[in-house]
Amino acid sequence: MDEEIYKENILDHNRNPHNKKTMEDFDLKGEGKNVSCGDAISLFIKRDEDGRVSDVGFNGDGCAISQASTSILMDKIKGMKIDEVKLLSPGDIYDMLGINISPGRTKCALLPYEALNDALTK
Amino acid sequence: MSISQKIKKDFPVFKHNKDLVYLDSAASSQTPKSVTDVVNKYYSEYRSNIHRSMYEIGETATGKYESARESVAEFIKALQDEVIFTSGATMSMNMLMYSLEQYLSLEEGSEIVTTVAEHHSSLIPLQQLAKRKKLVLKHINITSDFDFDYKQAEKLITEKTKIVSASLASNVLGTIYSIKKLAELAHNVGAIMVCDGTKAAGHIPINVKELDCDFLIFSGHKMCGPTGTGVLYGKKDILSIMPPSIFGGGIVEDVDLQTAKWKSSPWKFEAGTPNIAGSIGLGEAVNYLEDIGLNEIHKYVSGITEYAIDRLSLLNGVKLFTQKNADKNIGIVSFSVDGIHPHDIAEIAGREGVAIRAGHHCAQPLMKELGISALARASFYLYNDKSDVDVLVISVKKAQEIFKR
Repeated sequence: MDEEIYKENILDHNRNPHNKKTMEDFDLKGEGKNVSCGDAISLFIKRDEDGRVSDVGFNGDGCAISQASTSILMDKIKGMKIDEVKLLSPGDIYDMLGINISPGRTKCALLPYEALNDALTK
Repeated sequence: MSISQKIKKDFPVFKHNKDLVYLDSAASSQTPKSVTDVVNKYYSEYRSNIHRSMYEIGETATGKYESARESVAEFIKALQDEVIFTSGATMSMNMLMYSLEQYLSLEEGSEIVTTVAEHHSSLIPLQQLAKRKKLVLKHINITSDFDFDYKQAEKLITEKTKIVSASLASNVLGTIYSIKKLAELAHNVGAIMVCDGTKAAGHIPINVKELDCDFLIFSGHKMCGPTGTGVLYGKKDILSIMPPSIFGGGIVEDVDLQTAKWKSSPWKFEAGTPNIAGSIGLGEAVNYLEDIGLNEIHKYVSGITEYAIDRLSLLNGVKLFTQKNADKNIGIVSFSVDGIHPHDIAEIAGREGVAIRAGHHCAQPLMKELGISALARASFYLYNDKSDVDVLVISVKKAQEIFKR
């Protein structure tokens, strides 16, 4: 039996995603799309003078894994220095989620990571 | 022969996967043993190239390949010379577009009429042809009961229209469309009618004379045939004049350094060594399905579709995007569940052994028209039964329990 991916925290974040809001005042914007299953998100980052992430927001819809992953990642990067955010890897995302991601759900889990890269490299 | 548990025994995949509830035949169907046997037989008993060998096994190979063509021709009520073997519907459509570019006089501003519900395999080649020749691409809408808006089609198809292209059945909504109506409108203005029969072939009887399409495309793998096989049918008169668009060996009668003279159809359109074993397998799939009877298959599948529509309609929070008249449905029920993304529905269904599909189903424009990003889709075929629907319903309920909506 596969380890349960729909754990309580994942379902919570999916039901009530943290930081789900459109931001008018932002410095960085990135987009991620998982064409095969219809997930699409935009994320917004505001940084302060110290180069730290002072506010985050995202909008868009998708499966529970991609919504939860985005919600949790947004929580994580708040307060981090942009330089540290740039060092995040897919492995960090999997650790952050704490669930077994099968090959079929990789793109879902890494959707916010893709959007983040888009924001940081534009 | 009636359809029963006996049919399921013809498909070894269900012996290997005892709990498999396969509801994804619209993505690809399962293969009966008689088809894989015939494919193996080619490779183990008489493998050789076709149309050129002067020894016994070569003649056997050629005979079997052309006999498969004959079976396919009879299957769609066409002439043998009108049946071209390809590697699938996508290849058929692409080839056809490039050939039509040479055959039709497509002046800038001429029009192509298709629909909002087409699969990308026919829509994108049409878009590309329009781009190359600077044509205008128009789309027939879908009505609230998920049929084509034929009234709108009457207005869209004019003397400017050169090609009308539409599916015989929808791979998302399940609707079996009236191609005959569109063909009549097309021919009234001197336009060519192209029919994408991929979802329909092997699921309902097809008669190209009744449809009156000028071209029909379909794939073998959605009708119990091997992957990498398919057909392009064209009316004899057009095929005799239309030039090929894929070039190579086997299509020429006479070649000198600068020019080549084409063979006649269908060989003109079959460059290179084809998927010989695959096409012979496709012929066997046709025989297998014909033995059961296409009307019987459709009637049987309609019964399951109706049952699925009834059971799913009773669930709170489930919305159906499907042709509710089961007789007019090819065997597809697409649906959404409130608060649960289709990908999560499919994941949870998968745990119960139920194979369904989630996403845009290669019909992104249709999804946009319907105002949704993705749908879950269950598709039924001759090896399914009503108990499969029961397991699907259990898995949808389980998903709702997990997401507590």
